[in-house]
Amino acid sequence: MLSNLADFFSSGSNLVFFAFALFIIGGAIFMISFTKVVHMVISMAFTFLSLGGLYILLEAEFVAFVQVLIYAGAISILMIFGIMLTNHQEQEEDEVKRPLHNTLLGLGVLALFGILFYAIQTSEFPAQTAVLSENNTMEIGMRIFTAHVIPFELMSVLLTVAFIGAIVVAKREED
Amino acid sequence: MSGMISPYLTLGAILFCIGLYGALTKRNAVIVLLCIELMLNGANLNLIAFAKMGITPSLTGQVFSLFTITLAAAEAAIGVAILIMLYRNRGTSNVDEMNLMKH
Repeated sequence: MLSNLADFFSSGSNLVFFAFALFIIGGAIFMISFTKVVHMVISMAFTFLSLGGLYILLEAEFVAFVQVLIYAGAISILMIFGIMLTNHQEQEEDEVKRPLHNTLLGLGVLALFGILFYAIQTSEFPAQTAVLSENNTMEIGMRIFTAHVIPFELMSVLLTVAFIGAIVVAKREED
Repeated sequence: MSGMISPYLTLGAILFCIGLYGALTKRNAVIVLLCIELMLNGANLNLIAFAKMGITPSLTGQVFSLFTITLAAAEAAIGVAILIMLYRNRGTSNVDEMNLMKH
């Protein structure tokens, strides 16, 4: 285990992974523990940005930029709009009123993580890295419009339906 | 990270568990939506890690992670719309008080 750790810290990409993982977990933990809602959203945006960095480390540049655009940009701003349109200064201060519920839930989540961790550690993954395409974006575009064109069109229909539905749901009913 | 996939999978599991805990304990509906996004991100990280280091690595994982991101955006838009309508009708954004299907 210790030799594994020593190997882990010996290369540069591992250090980058460690830094981004620290940012991601730190942002998520701060999101859980902050009391003001806007602070939670900001820390969540930090987590999303760090995940984009991790995607670049995994040679998924296009997905990394989509992550920054959609998650760190659009979804964070949408959530901030949601907060501004509902409650301005209400704080999450009544969390401690049900300590039994939170403790049991924490134990359950820890048990779930234990099962997942055990499954990951006992699985055999071949130690290999594929050489993905140099031109990541073009290759993804080719695949979307050849092999995965039906899911792509379904996704566009779904997106249209969802946004029209969102407008209809949020529309103020005058009559 | 030369050929080691398990740190990425563990990180995805940690993200999923933190998101699950937050989604089940928080009472503000916006934060519950954000925690669901966190869980989706944990799954996305798995997809992209397997796209590079899986048994049969290919770009299909990245393509499907793009689909997942699209789905998450649609889900966030619908969630915020429902939230705003509920706030307009009942004056609260607390998930504990969202217990009626009909007003």
